[in-house]
Amino acid sequence: MSQVTQVPLGRAPVAPAPTQPVSLNINGQAHTLHIAPWTTLLDALREYLDLTGTKKGCDHGQCGACTVLVDGKRINSCLSLAVTHEDSRIQTIEGLGTEDKLSPLQQAFIDHDAFQCGYCTPGQICSAQGLINEGKAKNEAEVRELMSGNVCRCGAYPNILSAVMEVMQNEGLIMEDKAWSAGATEPEIAPVEPPKK
Amino acid sequence: MNTFTFSQATGVAAAVQDNAAHDGAAYLGGGTNLIDLMKENVARPTHLIGLKKLGLDAIENLPDGGLRLGALATNADTAYHPEVEKRYPLLNQAILAGASPQLRNMATDGGNLMQRTRCYYFYDLATPCNKREPGSGCSAIGGYTRVHAILGASEHCIATHPSDMCVALAALDTTVHVSGPNGERTIKFEDFHRLPGDQPERDNTLEPGELITGLDLPAKGFAQNFSYLKLRDRTSYAFALVSVAAALELDGNIIKDARLALGGVAHKPWRDKEAEALLIGQPATADTFRAAAAKVLAGAKGQGTNNFKIELAKRAIVRALKQATEMNQALDANAFQNSNP
Repeated sequence: MSQVTQVPLGRAPVAPAPTQPVSLNINGQAHTLHIAPWTTLLDALREYLDLTGTKKGCDHGQCGACTVLVDGKRINSCLSLAVTHEDSRIQTIEGLGTEDKLSPLQQAFIDHDAFQCGYCTPGQICSAQGLINEGKAKNEAEVRELMSGNVCRCGAYPNILSAVMEVMQNEGLIMEDKAWSAGATEPEIAPVEPPKK
Repeated sequence: MNTFTFSQATGVAAAVQDNAAHDGAAYLGGGTNLIDLMKENVARPTHLIGLKKLGLDAIENLPDGGLRLGALATNADTAYHPEVEKRYPLLNQAILAGASPQLRNMATDGGNLMQRTRCYYFYDLATPCNKREPGSGCSAIGGYTRVHAILGASEHCIATHPSDMCVALAALDTTVHVSGPNGERTIKFEDFHRLPGDQPERDNTLEPGELITGLDLPAKGFAQNFSYLKLRDRTSYAFALVSVAAALELDGNIIKDARLALGGVAHKPWRDKEAEALLIGQPATADTFRAAAAKVLAGAKGQGTNNFKIELAKRAIVRALKQATEMNQALDANAFQNSNP
């Protein structure tokens, strides 16, 4: 059982907010928090449990940086109140692999250089795990469409795609006969010719 | 976000009772829109009633051949349900055209009907908005109106309903089941959402405290000839500038029955039964489709920066009807996405 911090890690609030006890199952561990009802699952993870792998990007469900898995399904933890997850099984990036044994997606992201600043990466990996769990994407176009809830402002999309495709191919989920490696994706649009002087 | 209390309801009656007991209470489904509105201080409920434990997430066949979607079924579970994929593929397409996989995993079917406009001025507390603050004025009129209405707007509000799912539900003649302080009732889908008129603060015809419990799809799903065509500023994860739900029943080349509804153009999913009547009995040709499109947009009025949506909507209707017609003639449904009007 990990140590549970019962107060926010940041500056103390002006007046203590009314709290209620909430039991959460995160990465296989049970935690009981005393939190205000307006605490999002994202804030509960980051501010009360020190699980800072899950990132706060836009905080409005638009960027996907806060993606976690709830009962195996990917959701935006920024738009979900922690008090609504009493009976859920929550999995964060910290629960996907260990430092000694990375999950296949984590290893593939390293192998394919699928990030630059890395801020969107935990959300990308949790989202890709959700995508694999859902089993709806069968080719590159479908992977791209079903990863559209995760924004990467560095623009590492080609390598994110190849990392996800490699894992899916290794697990027999992709039907296309195509070798996937970093940078192997064909550009869909011809390169723009420089203007003639 | 303002402070509020939270309770997890254990049944529909208890939820309705809890709502009546609190001034300013709101029901919480998936929260994908409500929590966001609360963070923006646009919505300021004093008490949230969690609906997760109500059940109501089943999708079940009805004795009359229809399908009931529980109000708490998620958009993702609905889109991918085998009965929806097989019998109501128009609904499957419309749901998957909206939001992101994460949001569809959270958002509920009842909540999809209850989502509010994405009008920029509605979200911006620094600008007047009759929907947010009745009587304060409309900042969209004369402003930037790319996502705003071209049909059915009023001098008080030109907001659009943002849903894709609801456009398909309108085309499919869905019935909405609600439960409230005065008991249960059903609402025809076309009567659920309303036009802004002089009360733009009211998105729909629900009475205070009423809760959506289920959506009934009739047996007829138009699974053979349909199209949900969505036009937007990027190819994924964006709201519609214009979307069209088109569904046809064909006898050879003659249209026996037709459904036509638009999204992104009005305060409610815009179904046009007169345009449908122009299609029925006619051959499925471009001329027929153009006549229907002209009828739908006959009363359209642009707001300046959205004038382009009138012609865009006409062409989208013609293309969607063509895609629906040609469906059973091609091997790959994806091929239609690239066909020309």
